Amino acid sequence: MNLENFDFEVTPIPGAMPIWRARVDADEWRHACRHAREKGGRLVALWGADDRDRERAFTVHAALSVQSGLVIVSLSADGGRFPDVSDIFPAASRMQRAVHDLLGLEVEGAADRRKWLRHAAWGENDFPLRKDFVDGRRRPHHELSRDSNAGESAAPRATGGRIPEQPTCGAPAPPLDAYPFVKVEGEGVHEIPVGPVHAGTIEPGHFRFSIVGEGVLRLEERLGYKHKGIEKRFESMTLAEGARLAGRVSGDSTVAHAWAYAMAVESAAGVTPPSRALWLRALLLERERVGQHLWDLGFLGNDAGLAFGLAQFSCLREDVLRANALTFGHRYLMDLVVPGGVARDLPVEGIARLRGEIDVLEEVVGALKYIYDEHAGLQDRFINCGRVAPQLADRLGLTGMAGRASGRAWDLRVQYPNIPYQELDVRMATHRNGDVAARVIVRFEEIFESLRISRLILERLPFGEIAAPVPAPESGAFGAGWVEGWRGEVFVALEAGPGGSIRRCHPHDPSWQNWPLLERAVLGNIVPDFPLINKSFNLSYSGHDL
Amino acid sequence: MYHLLKQIAITGIKTEAPPEPDEALRVAGERLRTEVLGHFAGALTIRHVDAGSCNGCELEINSLNNPYYNLEGLGIKFVASPRHADLLLVTGPVSRHMETALKRTYDATPEPKLVVAIGDCGCTGGIFGESYASCGRVSNVIPVDVAVPGCPPTPLAIMQGILTAIAVGKK
Repeated sequence: MNLENFDFEVTPIPGAMPIWRARVDADEWRHACRHAREKGGRLVALWGADDRDRERAFTVHAALSVQSGLVIVSLSADGGRFPDVSDIFPAASRMQRAVHDLLGLEVEGAADRRKWLRHAAWGENDFPLRKDFVDGRRRPHHELSRDSNAGESAAPRATGGRIPEQPTCGAPAPPLDAYPFVKVEGEGVHEIPVGPVHAGTIEPGHFRFSIVGEGVLRLEERLGYKHKGIEKRFESMTLAEGARLAGRVSGDSTVAHAWAYAMAVESAAGVTPPSRALWLRALLLERERVGQHLWDLGFLGNDAGLAFGLAQFSCLREDVLRANALTFGHRYLMDLVVPGGVARDLPVEGIARLRGEIDVLEEVVGALKYIYDEHAGLQDRFINCGRVAPQLADRLGLTGMAGRASGRAWDLRVQYPNIPYQELDVRMATHRNGDVAARVIVRFEEIFESLRISRLILERLPFGEIAAPVPAPESGAFGAGWVEGWRGEVFVALEAGPGGSIRRCHPHDPSWQNWPLLERAVLGNIVPDFPLINKSFNLSYSGHDL
Repeated sequence: MYHLLKQIAITGIKTEAPPEPDEALRVAGERLRTEVLGHFAGALTIRHVDAGSCNGCELEINSLNNPYYNLEGLGIKFVASPRHADLLLVTGPVSRHMETALKRTYDATPEPKLVVAIGDCGCTGGIFGESYASCGRVSNVIPVDVAVPGCPPTPLAIMQGILTAIAVGKK
């Protein structure tokens, strides 16, 4: 069929979301991106695969969102190269650099050819995602648990003091990583390097500030410190085992990633989960959103000097986590979404508990919003701080919650509502100012909306099974999942191997799109405002570094 | 300001020193205070290092400072530099890209120092295991005193891990 005037045939893929696929040639690759861009579309993900065993070539894929849904275009990278699209979608740049680091494909015409995910852990001519890559350091999981420190016991165990021999990582320490940062020169300019180990309980990454006085002239990020080989790890797992790993791509978005993965498996296997399972998934996703937004609002108050905010919001969040543990058996709802449905039903007594919790949250969050709104010192720090104007957000492709705070009105729950969202009529929260204050307002509004939805789900939750059996899909079957997590749209592309194995799995966190915007948001602000601006985006390092 | 003060008054003190659901927490709290007093002269300082986790463990380490667990009320606080720290709280698996940074952080921490590995990945490498990109468990890279399993371990389990480490350190 033909879709939105793309000049090639697209084939719908089965599943819960409107997703199509098309094979394109090198000209159509760029043309498709330009066409999507002109129609106001976005680049959702770009990744590669080693298909030399089957098609004698590598494949690159790009997921483009357009009015009707998502179009995945696939290009055979003949001669190990493919054309650059970062002039059309600037967010493509880092994704293309990652494709080069992991698969060794050349990006024709790219302005930035520096490495991205690769530091010093593997060589310039080694490409981990190639099928013929020999991982001499791989040890199977069962072998590891036998000589573990902790064994099976649930209690912490002393290791008996120091380990006698000097521990090593199996190989000499990697050489120091050299990376060509862009230098800012001129009178009075100096650099502040920050990280990878940061001064708080946060994830590792490196920020290079070029500043004059206190003002930030340039910020350059260096990520990839947390690269732990997730995509390669998927390829040694079965589709069922992969759900656990998908839930650990970014721990703070475990429900969103697990749901997107499950959706991809179901799409490849042609399975529709029972409706009770879908409603429960939405309940879990909204609880994850509420928990994370509460947490961020607390930290945003704290980073602007209002410790009261952190104390209050972290109590509310702890209440949510405890209700999660009581109702679903896990504080962060890990491993509950599985291919075919959910792993655990909502107990009857849980409904009353969660309803009571929603009533309390609505009241207390309302009171706290009033305090935040009226607090002059807090608003003085929030307003106009770390601003991403709507034009810039549009040009560079800001997405998710931060995008909605900069006038980018995209929310999968609203635009492509699947079950149960099509019956819940989600109201999208948007703002146009694009500053820290706007991201705070959007978070507040999304909490209230999630609470409203959660209440509806508890009222209307259908009865029935909570999981459907998932037969092994045919070898080569393709599936995709697309879910609006609290941070933004989480996307998973999956190709099945023989006998229920995983041939290729690419999980994509919206942090990929939004990290480059943080570099822009901080410009012209002072260094001490960086933690506040950074927190207002709260991007995932793990979800990006893979 | 009136509303803020009112909210504080309504909230009251949330810290669970003694009773109910977490009886174990009280015991841990009391013992912990004694141990901290004895060994680190009334204050234990912790430097957290994320060496490659999925960020799940970080969520629970942050929870330690919420008013319910109130770790700082026990004389234990998180510091911004390893040079100020008595104990390193390390989450894993240790990615190969963080190996050098973790070793340097360890070297920068003054003796006597303790290391607590947090989470299944910190204990064994977890689901990520060892590979071209992952060194696996924390003790593959630096010496570890105590390892706390869990995915992620609860705040209570992390507190118990800290207590165990102090007891080990005393020997």
